[in-house]
Amino acid sequence: METFTLDLPSTPANGARALCGVVSSGNLEILVDTGHAPDRCRIDVSTSAQGFRDTWEAVLADAVARHPAGGLVLSINDAGATPAVVSLRLDQVLESLEQAS
Amino acid sequence: MSAHAITRRSWFEADARTRIHGLVDAGSFSELCGPHERLTSPHLAVLDLPVAFDDGVVVGEATLDGERILVGAQQGEFNGGSVGEIHGAKLRGLLDRARDTRPAAVLLAIDSGGVRLHEANAGLIAISELMRALLGARAAGVPVYGLIGGSCGAFGGMGIVARLCDGLIMSEEGRLGLSGPEVIETVKGVDEFDSKDRALVWRITGGKIRRTLGEATLLVDDDLGAFRGGAKALLARGAPLRGLAALDADQAALAARAQRHADARDGLDIWRALGLPDAERLAMLDADAFNRIIDRAETA
Amino acid sequence: MNAPWNRRAARHAQRLARVAHLAAGREIAAGKLIDVLEAVIEPGDRVCLEGNNQKQADFLAESLAECSPERLHDLHMVQSVLALPSHIDVFERGIASRLDFSFAGPQATRLAKLVQARRIDIGAIHTYLELFGRYFVDLTPDVCLIAAQAADADGNLYLGPNTEDTPAIVEATAFSHGIVIAQVNERVERLPRVDIPADWSDLFVVAPRPNHIEPLFTRDPALITDIQVLMAMMAIKGIYAEYGVQRLNHGIGFDTAAIELLLPTYAESLGLRGRICKHWALNPHPTLIPAIEAGFVESVHSFGSEVGMENYVAARSDVFFTGRDGSMRSNRAFCQTAGLYACDMFIGSTLQIDLAGNSSTATLGRIAGFGGAPNMGSDARGRRHASPAWLRAGRERAGDGPLTHGRKLVVQTVETFREHMAPAFVEQLDAWQLMEDMGMELPPIMIHGDDVSHIVTEEGIANLLLCRSAAEREQAIRGVAGYTPVGRARDARMVENLRDRGVIRRPDDIGINTRDATRDLLAARNIKDLVRASGGLYDPPRRFRNW
Repeated sequence: METFTLDLPSTPANGARALCGVVSSGNLEILVDTGHAPDRCRIDVSTSAQGFRDTWEAVLADAVARHPAGGLVLSINDAGATPAVVSLRLDQVLESLEQAS
Repeated sequence: MSAHAITRRSWFEADARTRIHGLVDAGSFSELCGPHERLTSPHLAVLDLPVAFDDGVVVGEATLDGERILVGAQQGEFNGGSVGEIHGAKLRGLLDRARDTRPAAVLLAIDSGGVRLHEANAGLIAISELMRALLGARAAGVPVYGLIGGSCGAFGGMGIVARLCDGLIMSEEGRLGLSGPEVIETVKGVDEFDSKDRALVWRITGGKIRRTLGEATLLVDDDLGAFRGGAKALLARGAPLRGLAALDADQAALAARAQRHADARDGLDIWRALGLPDAERLAMLDADAFNRIIDRAETA
Repeated sequence: MNAPWNRRAARHAQRLARVAHLAAGREIAAGKLIDVLEAVIEPGDRVCLEGNNQKQADFLAESLAECSPERLHDLHMVQSVLALPSHIDVFERGIASRLDFSFAGPQATRLAKLVQARRIDIGAIHTYLELFGRYFVDLTPDVCLIAAQAADADGNLYLGPNTEDTPAIVEATAFSHGIVIAQVNERVERLPRVDIPADWSDLFVVAPRPNHIEPLFTRDPALITDIQVLMAMMAIKGIYAEYGVQRLNHGIGFDTAAIELLLPTYAESLGLRGRICKHWALNPHPTLIPAIEAGFVESVHSFGSEVGMENYVAARSDVFFTGRDGSMRSNRAFCQTAGLYACDMFIGSTLQIDLAGNSSTATLGRIAGFGGAPNMGSDARGRRHASPAWLRAGRERAGDGPLTHGRKLVVQTVETFREHMAPAFVEQLDAWQLMEDMGMELPPIMIHGDDVSHIVTEEGIANLLLCRSAAEREQAIRGVAGYTPVGRARDARMVENLRDRGVIRRPDDIGINTRDATRDLLAARNIKDLVRASGGLYDPPRRFRNW
């Protein structure tokens, strides 16, 4: 497993807890908890695919630019999802927070 | 979106949480030991394999038609719904809680190939503790019902757990067995059981033959609402009291069944032996039409 | 008869005379087939062996491969597809040495090894129509070995639902005085219908088992992903609806199966029934059943049949082409022509796309060839009749200039990454390396970039018709290439500018919420749903059943 943590700027989100996705081949789960700094989003990634950190960084930076994610901690367990699936799950979980607020 | 899309909510394709939400009263579910507690498998972590924040099982309390129940659902997509140490402990805790708090019932949405092989003895112990806890809940008067309609079915230790329940709801997509088809083929050879012959696998382990043989109490369509309807029906029926005489009667019925169908190769042979009309077409019928035929045969 | 102007006819008579004692009239006993082949075929002959990606003259192929290389050698094989091991065996055993063909999917690796070992001389890799065309020009067969369903005592042949290539092959061979030999599944007193009259063929053999047919066009809906549903929604709303595509061909992948299964649900909800997808050049895809039942489809003409669809097709004769006997009639040459000239759109998937939009399914170490995709997936410059979709695409291409012709819509639909994180968008196609490795004259490009009108990915739709320079085209492609290295090397400002002009459209721009893209939208979730949708008429092959 490859693990790393990113700390990215994002507009403040309504702090909430959520879960999206399932850890299975080509898929991932994203757990959302509340963090501290309201304009930062911390993301802990644990992935079975080695050597794609730069791709992850690009996908995650775009996602927290698209959606308000400040003040959140995202924890990701990944079993080899493609960027398309990662983006879709991020959209799903962050949009569900926006709708809940 | 179209009405078509809204009416179809497949149990088979739903994940564990979606199944629970489809099963219980809206908004009534509160999860215990949820993903935010991050009770992940230490064994998978040691093996450098992906973990899940809920270890592949969701447990909690809810109401069904206003009655308090406990509910658990396995996540078939995570490691085949396999029972590891944490996973098993969550289910065991749910059943111990049932023994202690006496809800109207426990519903277990089973979707599992059995013990998680990566966890070896810890998994085996977990599943045997789960069996004992299930019998403990039943002994305390809390009925336990299994629901089987996911891609992993109920095999191995979870096949035994399923048969320890007071009743089972299956869809035709669901499968129930002890050793899985691949295991049988590996041990006994392809002539004994061709695990790639999907039709054969379903004719032997699938929901329709299990309903025919009485192992499944109810057969329902692959639909969240149908499983909810089935659970309500079983709850209304109440748990039958199982005395020694009833067990003796079950044993005699099983012996008679084994004798009657000794030469049957698969479910189709059994349907023919039972004299069911259009045995070849039974596989295509929806649950209602199929149940009518089986009910008629049982009362005849 | 021996006049120099009629030597082919004379040779035909001589060949038949050589085997007269081995046959009972037109019929060859299965056990005598090898003797017949060795006597009737001559070294150096051009032999057409029937076999596409569906129906196979497998008994004839195996028997030819078992002939003596001392009797038969240096044959020039001309055939649509190398699908069976025996198709390669004839080269490995030294019976044949030269090959002109179209597709070699299942035998692509063995073929590549023979080429590298210089054991085979490939004339060219064709599209189907090209190869059929050459049968009548410079690749006319001396002998053809074909597959039919049944023969009568006179030698009339019935082809069954899988007509496929047979009429084209027999036409070219019989009328140039070549020898036509058919393998049949059964000999009957009376044929349901005569597809090949007796005086177009010479000999037949009842094969010991029915000819092999591959269910190549069956896609289990259970394997369609949410991402494919998203891309199908984009294609339907962003292309089919916009251009009002009425006449079309689909590729065989899961991406297009998803589109077929969204017609009765998503497309219906957009009010598109009767406005799109009425006329098809398409094999009878099981995944099209729900759309047919929902009243989307007026007609389907097919290249071949599909295993298990026979009863359904026969029961829907208003939609499918069927004979007086009720069974399906397919024809690859005509259906390819229909796809090329009478359809306004082709949509299919691929493995790699480069920055010019060229796409290829070539992978290193395999010579797979083309099949029919380049015929479907190319703008027919000879087309003259207009249709709204064709005119609109032509107008987009022409810009403000005078409009002299329309344009076919050629759509490639791909996820940006395939499995194992292999990017679908690349700076250079593997086809170029394959060309060098195999000593080819050209890279095996499936669809040329200048024929492609749109690329659909999960990130959006790129409309290449609206690009006004090679640089714009490159950025339009990078702009939908997602997080592949090609996509990440985009010029972000130029891509935003292309988006403002509608050259690139994101799901948002089309009015699609990615959260709605789930398998719940599919009109069938599995094979059993398709059987039910067909009213029990569809009878899927065993491997696709769980009952």
